[in-house]
Amino acid sequence: MPDGVTGTGIGAAVKRVEDQRFLTGRGNYTDDINRPGQTYAYVLRSPHAHATIKSIDTAAASAASGVVAVFTGADMEVGGLPCGWLIHNEDGSPMHEPPHPPLAVGKVRHVGDQVAAVIAESLAEAKNAAELIKVDYGVLPAVMNMKAAEAGGTLVHDDIGTNKCYDWGIGDKDAVDAALAASAHVTEIDIVNNRLIPNAMEPRAAVADFNGANSEYTLYTTSQNPHVIRLLMGAFVLSLPEHKLRVIAPDVGGGFGSKIFLYAEETIITWASARIGRPIKWTADRSEAFMTDAHGRDHVTHAKLGIDANGKFTALKVETYANMGAYLSTFASSVPTYLYATLLAGVYTTPVIYANVKAIFTNTVPVDAYRGAGRPEASYLLERIVDRAARETGVDQLEIRRHNMIQPDAFPYQTPVALSYDSGNYQATLDSALSLGDVPGFPARKAASAAKGLKRGIGYSTYIEACGIAPSAVAGALGARAGLYESAEVRVHPTGSVTIFTGSHSHGQGHETTFAQIVSDQLGIAMENIEINHGDTGNVQFGMGTYGSRSLAVGGTALVKATGKIIAKASKIAAHIMEASADDIEFKDGNFTVAGTDKSMAFGEIALAAYVPHNFPHDELEPGLDETAFYDPANFTFPGGTHICEVEVDPETGVVKVDSFTAVDDIGRVINPMIVEGQVHGGVAQGIGQALLEGCSYDSDGQLLTGSYMDYTMPRADNLPTFKVATQSTLCTHNILGVKGVGEVGAIGSPPAVINAIVDALSDLGVKDISMPATSSKVWQAIQDARG
Amino acid sequence: MPTVSMTVNGKPVSGEVEARTLLVQFLRDQLRLTGTHVGCDTSQCGACVVHIDGESAKSCTMLALQADGAAVTTIEGLADGETLHPMQEAFRNNHGLQCGFCTPGMVMSAIDLVKKNPKASETEIREWLEGNICRCTGYHNIVKSIQEAAGNMGG
Ligand code: FES
Ligand code: FES
Repeated sequence: MPDGVTGTGIGAAVKRVEDQRFLTGRGNYTDDINRPGQTYAYVLRSPHAHATIKSIDTAAASAASGVVAVFTGADMEVGGLPCGWLIHNEDGSPMHEPPHPPLAVGKVRHVGDQVAAVIAESLAEAKNAAELIKVDYGVLPAVMNMKAAEAGGTLVHDDIGTNKCYDWGIGDKDAVDAALAASAHVTEIDIVNNRLIPNAMEPRAAVADFNGANSEYTLYTTSQNPHVIRLLMGAFVLSLPEHKLRVIAPDVGGGFGSKIFLYAEETIITWASARIGRPIKWTADRSEAFMTDAHGRDHVTHAKLGIDANGKFTALKVETYANMGAYLSTFASSVPTYLYATLLAGVYTTPVIYANVKAIFTNTVPVDAYRGAGRPEASYLLERIVDRAARETGVDQLEIRRHNMIQPDAFPYQTPVALSYDSGNYQATLDSALSLGDVPGFPARKAASAAKGLKRGIGYSTYIEACGIAPSAVAGALGARAGLYESAEVRVHPTGSVTIFTGSHSHGQGHETTFAQIVSDQLGIAMENIEINHGDTGNVQFGMGTYGSRSLAVGGTALVKATGKIIAKASKIAAHIMEASADDIEFKDGNFTVAGTDKSMAFGEIALAAYVPHNFPHDELEPGLDETAFYDPANFTFPGGTHICEVEVDPETGVVKVDSFTAVDDIGRVINPMIVEGQVHGGVAQGIGQALLEGCSYDSDGQLLTGSYMDYTMPRADNLPTFKVATQSTLCTHNILGVKGVGEVGAIGSPPAVINAIVDALSDLGVKDISMPATSSKVWQAIQDARG
Repeated sequence: MPTVSMTVNGKPVSGEVEARTLLVQFLRDQLRLTGTHVGCDTSQCGACVVHIDGESAKSCTMLALQADGAAVTTIEGLADGETLHPMQEAFRNNHGLQCGFCTPGMVMSAIDLVKKNPKASETEIREWLEGNICRCTGYHNIVKSIQEAAGNMGG
């Protein structure tokens, strides 16, 4: 690998290629797309959390001005929206998968559930007509509390006879119980991981265009994985073959997980476009986004950590209730199981771990992956219980962590919960963070805060996560119904410029820059001669898309494999033309040279020879220079690191100010440090948002109380500090680039650091816990309660 | 339907609108200036910020008819050909954008800030940005971008 840190190669902070169009208003987001003859869809939604639909009268709406068609669940006889991951109960039986019709049939199960779709010449006419639809509802009690729902009573899905989707476990329960019984100390904790609403700034949107001439469907949609949408919608819901369904995810304005999933609206308009023979556009307004985008987190957990007389962790036992919402979203079932419980070893040597997870249906929006997905829940639990254990046993926060950390020479490290960590150095990221965050200066800062009447606290999080999902065979054995490889095609044009087709999708991550850096580095050609093409099933061979911090580790590796094939073939062509043995060809800085001679050909010359094959090894090779590679990873990757938060709390008002936030992350090799820092900033902001500001709230009737930016507190610029961010890397051992992934580390590592800092600030008042989001009223109340 | 006339990015335009048509709808749907975005329905995200007679304003929060006779500048009207406005350039230079969806509103809002307060402190910049939500960047690089642009714009 070239030295890299200058120019445009691997390791250089190259300015982003995509920025020019975004900065000049020439992005091409889904709602910017219009098709000739386009109509507009408006979805009538349930105002009730739980109700039977006794009747729907669409006559007046159908006759209204500008209306083209009105559809209800009775019209749309298609498959249900599928779940992509089958979890088995501890007794071996499969989870419950109740049907998820795109338009409600018989019953509505959350506020915002789709009841009818009105298609009209204009959006205003569609909305006006929707008001004329008469729905007679039989309102039912809302199932809202997970523990009560587990016991039975009102059922979200009558047919399955329970509200429990699954009851799953991992680890050796008996060994854990025995170890806890023998422990010198057991720390217990009750933890709620607050429900979040993802809120990518671009609301979901879709444009469906059926072409009757060739019976082809084209769907433009706000997706992180268009091929997955094509597969799920085509094969499972609408029974359309892939070759007749093209899915395009153009510029996408943020995803954070919420745009992975197959949603009802894009499915409805694709189906309806063929019914009416015209294109249809649907765009969510923000209120719809709040009540229909899959939410995140929402775990209720009780845990016990055993500690022996020497301060070593002996066992961890975890019982979690995970809210699925009203229906199983695409990856919902995998989040509280394989993306959560498998991370419960964290960076520690805890020898035995057992986790039980009960997934419960409620009358709320479906819950699925949101930035971090399962891993933030694991790190929050672990880093909170370790913090509490230190306080209970009188051990220093850093000491308890260091004492129990996996040592740098212990890799590969097999955890008791299935994962095998390939590399890491948790002590090194901790040391770097202590210095970057000037932890030795903390006592002086605490004294300065105290002089102002403020309580300063410091909180740590030494977290790990698993990403780069995933080895398909492993995922398959665990219930995944898809493979999790990635693909790349490197198409060299006759004059030596290159188009890359990648199955990864960029919705802010900057692949047009970083992927071009990799190819520029590998092929020795200038960035401006490389185009990255993604997001269109009509162009890209196949792809599993972008989530789980997998683009670089999986998609980037596929790309390097494909460029390797290009170099191998080009070397043979060069050998033929220069009349040398292929073994003697050296490729460096874009030139093929016969070793030990001055005979050399540039990459562009070989490209031309491949497409104008007059002097060409026809016996051995086919003309052209175009290679595809699929890469299925050998293992997950394991980024980790240390996050340190310092807060100032005003004990009179409960207001918490994040005064400083330090993140030192081990993400493997860095391709573009500027983009890496940006990813960490964004993730940390979402983590601080979860810890201090954000919390989805329903009332007992299932009405969404946080349905707009007036009531759901998004982090604003003045809620956040300037971040101190650095990387301290060990390389991933099982992919060519040595990369681990950076998209989620910020959101995974940060929330416990914030809460631990608040608890630290208030510990001398007797405050032991504060739940997320730690709003000022909650902090103030905790102070009052502790003061008695 | 009433007719509305205004200057948009230096060019006179007019069109028929309904009384309820919002300025952002006129810009996006009728003029096809899709650089101005819509991120919310409660006037809080700032993705829709444009300049009306040189002042930043949320184009989702005014009717097209209210802009009758005004000079409107959108994100499309800032650059001089391929030469970016110093604020756009600073966003590019400091990685002040990721998905790009909040960016037009951020840039338009930030230009107005620097015009009004050329020496804005970090705290003042962060407070000004209360009305612009970004989910991607954590604001760190947006603040840096605005600080750099303020210097380059003669602040
Ligand atoms: S669209 Fe959100 S403030 Fe205008
Ligand atoms: S860059 Fe994506 S919302 Fe700001």
